[in-house]
Amino acid sequence: MKELMKPVSGTLDTIRSAFLKHKKLCLLIGVVLSILLPLVFPGGYICGVFCRILFYGTMAGALNVINGYSGQMCLGVAGFFAIGSYTEAILATKFGLSMWVCILLSGIVSMIFGAVLALPTKRLSGIYLAIITLGFSEVIRIVCLNWTGLTGGTMGIKDIPAPTLFGFVFSRPRHYYYIFLVLAIIFLFCTRRVVNSRIGRAWMSIREDELAAKSLGVENGTYKITSFMYGAFWVGAIGAVYAPYVSYIDSTLFTLDTGWNVLAMLIIGGQGTLSGALVGSTVINTLTEALRSFGDWRYVVYALLILVVMWVRPQGIAGASNSILAGEKEQKVKQDAETKEEVC
Amino acid sequence: MSVLLEAKNISKHFGGLKAVDGVNMNINKGEIFGIIGPNGAGKTTFFNICSGIYAPTAGQVVLEGKDISGFAPEKIARLGMARTFQNIQLFKYMTVLENVKIGFHIKTKTTMADAILHTKRYKEDEKLIQEKGMELLEYLGLQNLAGTRAGNLAYGVQRKVEIARALATDPKIILLDEPAAGMNPNETASLSEFIQNINKDGYTVAVIEHDMKFVMRTCHRIMVLNFGEKICEGTPEIVQADKLVNEAYFGKGRIARGEVMTDGNA
Repeated sequence: MKELMKPVSGTLDTIRSAFLKHKKLCLLIGVVLSILLPLVFPGGYICGVFCRILFYGTMAGALNVINGYSGQMCLGVAGFFAIGSYTEAILATKFGLSMWVCILLSGIVSMIFGAVLALPTKRLSGIYLAIITLGFSEVIRIVCLNWTGLTGGTMGIKDIPAPTLFGFVFSRPRHYYYIFLVLAIIFLFCTRRVVNSRIGRAWMSIREDELAAKSLGVENGTYKITSFMYGAFWVGAIGAVYAPYVSYIDSTLFTLDTGWNVLAMLIIGGQGTLSGALVGSTVINTLTEALRSFGDWRYVVYALLILVVMWVRPQGIAGASNSILAGEKEQKVKQDAETKEEVC
Repeated sequence: MSVLLEAKNISKHFGGLKAVDGVNMNINKGEIFGIIGPNGAGKTTFFNICSGIYAPTAGQVVLEGKDISGFAPEKIARLGMARTFQNIQLFKYMTVLENVKIGFHIKTKTTMADAILHTKRYKEDEKLIQEKGMELLEYLGLQNLAGTRAGNLAYGVQRKVEIARALATDPKIILLDEPAAGMNPNETASLSEFIQNINKDGYTVAVIEHDMKFVMRTCHRIMVLNFGEKICEGTPEIVQADKLVNEAYFGKGRIARGEVMTDGNA
């Protein structure tokens, strides 16, 4: 099976290097195509799928900062998503705040929760951190379910007002598509710059070797907190647009399943790469639609897909084959080959 | 000569095991200080206390007159102490240049806003670390390997990259934990030369090593640990002639039987 999948993995590597070679051109084509998409397919259903690809993709990208770049194990993305959505919904319905302001506010509120979660857990890693973040996600959901005064409890919050811009009302999926698109582009732009800076390097040094990073003066705790805050900010911001997009939210939208979904996208797409999250989101969301007729059986397909990806290409579809995530075994083989070349 | 790093009566106990027991040490500015001792003598534990990885059970570590005992490693790094590790701890999946760039972490000040907006500070920082990083690699003769992944390098070269990364923090003192381990005699000789060179350029060096030839040739002063206690300190000649040191290395019986000459030539 593994041998059978080798050519597939090889093709993905070729595509990856071709993409990196003509990065600017590819990005240009990508942006133009994504702007044109809703004009070509204006239907509500298909634009809804595009929206999902974009906001899940951005969310997976934000999680990627925590899990992929700084190597922490956060499973609580649904919690931040809930905080962002509820903040927007409450501020918009009770105080009449515009969604545009709420994007920022939701991001900040979510960021504060990110700091609150990361501060006491900065010494934890791996499975221990995973359990805590998992618990965090559930606690947030249960609070949303039970704090009827603030969140409407089981009734949720309905009639979340649609955002307007210069008199234009965003009412259809294809309108929201552009909001999500702009957010995704801003997110990618900012994250690319942060990752290629002192901060991004500090994150990656923690992922690669915590002790060595410490000995070089990288404040591990601070940078773990920053990565949680950065990731949480963007998940919260996405939540703020999601709330008016669905116009009704309740706690069932933010179960652990949502968190697993986002995590699955990230793992399948490739951690530690900017494009991975979007690739993963595209694959999963397309599959969801394609397999809709199979009902719950499609989850079996996801599971199989994750297994195959973890087996054949642990770095993910868009991941680099020379990254830490590609696994030690294959690295060794490649390393030997490379060293031999160097000697010759 | 002024004292740069001082250990006052340092002890580290792991339960009932006295890994380091009441060790006093002074390292002067501008010197190459060697720490030797049989396996399990507590050398690396002693280094780990100095660099903040362990807090001492008792005693003080003083860097330039400032008590740093119990400080976090990242804080000690900021105060000017850099170190390498016994089992090389490079960022294996990053390139040599990236490794060195992380070494410049404490020398740069870019914030998240700077990074997103590409402000003047970001550009200056990036320019600085790129230039200084390459300069440092040239200084160590590694410039051709800047783009190579650190994990793919030969063992001896990895050691050098780790030293380069430590030097990037612009330390006052650099602690090298068994830098010659696993090197062949040629590599060891060039490492000795290299350490003497960086010492001439103003770095104070403390080095743990097992290779006696290397230590005797490189170090100005040597401290000998055995079972966590200091048994001798002084110039290479003094240490070579010391009875306790010879006993620790060769055993009492062999010396008594005259199988070992006590001038250090086994």
